Amino acid sequence: MSWIDIGSVDDIPLRGARVIKTPLGCVALFRTGSAEVFATSDRCPHKDGPLSEGIVHGQNVTCPLHNWVFDLNTGEAKGEDGRIDTYPVRVEAQRILIDGAALGKRSAA
Amino acid sequence: MTEKLVIIGAGMASGRVIEHLVEADPAAFDITLFNAEPRGNYNRIMLSPVLSGEKTYDDIVTHDDDWYAAQGVTCRFGEHVVRIDPEAKVIEGQNGPVHYDKLVVATGSAPFIIPVPGKDLAGVITYRDLDDTNAMIDAASHGGRAVVIGGGLLGLEAAAGLAERGMDVTVVHLMGHLMERQLDEAAGYLLRKDLEKRGITIKTQASTKAIIGDTKAEGVLLESGETLPADLVVMAVGIRPETRLATDAGLETGRGITVNAQMQSSNPDIFAVGECVEFDGHLFGLVAPLYDQAKVLAQSLLNAPDAFVVKDVATKLKVTGCDLFSAGDFADGPDREDIVFRDPGRGIYKRLVIKDDCLIGAVMYGDTADGNWFFGLIKDGADIDEMRETLIFGPAYQGGSPADPLSAVAALPPEAEICGCNGICKGQIVDAISAGAADLGAVRTTTKASGSCGTCTGLVEQLLEVTLGDAYAAPAAQPVCGCTDLTHEDVRRLIKAKELKSQPAVWQELGWKTPNGCHVCRPAINFYLLADWPLEYRDDPQSRFVNERKHANIQKDGTFSVVPRMWGGITNPRELRAIADAAEKYDVPTVKVTGGQRIDLLGVKGEDLPHIWADLNKAGLVSGHAYSKGLRTVKTCVGTDHCRFGTQDSTGLGIKLEQVLWGSWTPHKVKLAVSGCPRNCAEATCKDVGVVCVDSGYQVGVAGAAGMDVKETERLADVATEQEAIDLTVAFIQLYREHAKYLDRPYKWVAKVGLDWVQARVVDDLEERAALIERFELSQSIYRKDPWAERAKEPRSFGPLADLTLEAAE
Repeated sequence: MSWIDIGSVDDIPLRGARVIKTPLGCVALFRTGSAEVFATSDRCPHKDGPLSEGIVHGQNVTCPLHNWVFDLNTGEAKGEDGRIDTYPVRVEAQRILIDGAALGKRSAA
Repeated sequence: MTEKLVIIGAGMASGRVIEHLVEADPAAFDITLFNAEPRGNYNRIMLSPVLSGEKTYDDIVTHDDDWYAAQGVTCRFGEHVVRIDPEAKVIEGQNGPVHYDKLVVATGSAPFIIPVPGKDLAGVITYRDLDDTNAMIDAASHGGRAVVIGGGLLGLEAAAGLAERGMDVTVVHLMGHLMERQLDEAAGYLLRKDLEKRGITIKTQASTKAIIGDTKAEGVLLESGETLPADLVVMAVGIRPETRLATDAGLETGRGITVNAQMQSSNPDIFAVGECVEFDGHLFGLVAPLYDQAKVLAQSLLNAPDAFVVKDVATKLKVTGCDLFSAGDFADGPDREDIVFRDPGRGIYKRLVIKDDCLIGAVMYGDTADGNWFFGLIKDGADIDEMRETLIFGPAYQGGSPADPLSAVAALPPEAEICGCNGICKGQIVDAISAGAADLGAVRTTTKASGSCGTCTGLVEQLLEVTLGDAYAAPAAQPVCGCTDLTHEDVRRLIKAKELKSQPAVWQELGWKTPNGCHVCRPAINFYLLADWPLEYRDDPQSRFVNERKHANIQKDGTFSVVPRMWGGITNPRELRAIADAAEKYDVPTVKVTGGQRIDLLGVKGEDLPHIWADLNKAGLVSGHAYSKGLRTVKTCVGTDHCRFGTQDSTGLGIKLEQVLWGSWTPHKVKLAVSGCPRNCAEATCKDVGVVCVDSGYQVGVAGAAGMDVKETERLADVATEQEAIDLTVAFIQLYREHAKYLDRPYKWVAKVGLDWVQARVVDDLEERAALIERFELSQSIYRKDPWAERAKEPRSFGPLADLTLEAAE
């Protein structure tokens, strides 16, 4: 793994999201707790809705276009047939670290 | 051989070290103890009871003069240590040097002083030692106002103590909830409620800008511009290890004095213990690990090395009547499971955090009796899989009953108002039920409760169920969502009756089943709170659908549409030029005229939004709120200005209405129109509020629809003057804001409550009409602002957090 520092947790509002640009396209970062961040693909598999614009509740996000709900731990859609990619991310001393290797490897594949 | 041991600092950790040493081998060391305070070791944890008057200093002395004499300790109290000379192994005190063989640095910690203007004024004190405590007791004896900066453990104990001594206390806290390091939001809410009951004012998300006053502190100025008058300012924002002597002596320091597991510093003859040390990246502020350190250090000094390990610690607040407990790691996290229990009636909240079948954290408020049992499970890493189902009920409990969906209603006090229309309280309804009213109809007949607008019907039914038990079967009502069993109407009514003014308050007091709601209930709760408590509640963008958070409409490809406001549908060449320029500059693919007489720029990229807004703002254009559950548009015809049939100035009235109403949030979108004559070119008779001008004045219609349903407006009233037309409109919209279910358009709401009920309040009762208008204006003092102008100031938050495409391409 190669951890990349992409910013402070305070750059993401609590129960909000931001995106980062990667070779795979936009990856959404969700802040569900004071020091809890998840990273997933920003695109809903249903109609390409931008998940980073959805409402974040518990450890879930609801797509803003048609209300598909995704579990941020697994990427599984709840009650629908679909899932989003999830990426390793962690918070250390208030900084958000994302695994650059995971993003890079997938782009090469 | 007796070695010379010098200890700098007579606190709780070093006191424990001496106890261990003299117990193990009284002859091993000749001890000299320095202390900057003119006294020996006392129980610092008990300063809060001293402050509140429950204990005196004498009660909390750990080691008195006789004890030190009996142990043969040479005390140099009230004497500062000037310097450590590690080469010569000499300590220089103010009153002369002393040689050491072994040295223990136990300098503790210093309060953190926030660097704001006025921090050095008289009347600004910290809360650390007995002198601080006495200074507070002295200040409190004169009464007056105190502001405590910092809503952590220490700050709240200071606040409670000062309030106990009769001061008028306000706590200013930077974070969103109190004691955020020990508590989650829900427990923080309950703590706040208990402290407020004692008359303490709590301000969260409040940042101190300056302490004002000429010679002494007179007030605290917040970043928000608010000034809190203060005779006493207590700074309790945190502590930092006191490392100056150690740094000067060349010892290795990080945030604290770096020690190994034997409490030895980078110099083999110098040890450190207590709040001044840093071990393995950890700092220490609670007493349990300090006592562990003291034990290890005593062993190291006696050449029987032990090793210090960092353990979880549990926190309790020493404020009588605030029962809280927090231990372990209770942050949310992947692979973690929450068990939440809430009992609104008794003000109880418990949350357990489980990972891999082990309990790793616990937060409890209101009932902490099982705290130590949970703490034991955390420390032992016990497998809890077997008892997962009943774990939250504690050790004494086998087999649990499910949470009672009626508990929120059962918990209401008798004087809680259930029926707002008729002013009927819970007690009256329960009395009526006890006296024989066995169904909704009977309760309505005897008490009038739920007999008017009917929105409290659900609550009355729940009262029947609570009072009569199984004898009453309530018709199934549609709950807001899976997070609660209450209906929208119940929630609205309870927010008012119980004066719930924050989201955590709603979740706790109404027994929400999820930690923080879902995409269905959160936007509704957010609206209800801001509509009912415009001054106290702050709008939460994270509880809003994307359009209202972004102040633009999301399109199917993820781009946005931008609609500037055109008051009453009137524009001019300058505005049109600005719109044309913006459309070209930002490559807007589609420009369309809307049904509400506005111009829509479709296909704007998210990161361009703040820039296009700034450009439009420069031409005087503001947000058209085409995205909001709020006032959208007032459509007009040209009226008497140009039309040969016009009877009144319909355009002018439309502009006035729009200027009064814009920016307001409503349960669903609200669209208006004003037509200048009954030919109705502005199509006013299918709007939420539609005014048709006639020779004799204005016909005000409400509750029309032209969407999924098509419905003609119903006549609210005919009035003679323009001002009356405006007043009726504002009062109607405020009544709608206060009573309707979230996502009910006015026509749906009016169908539920009845036009008669609306007319009685808005048209007939002039006093109520005036009160509605006043409440609307109060809310508008906050919300009648251009959100584009405010959001355009922070363009960075619209762009990506980081761009990894460059790094990854290398």
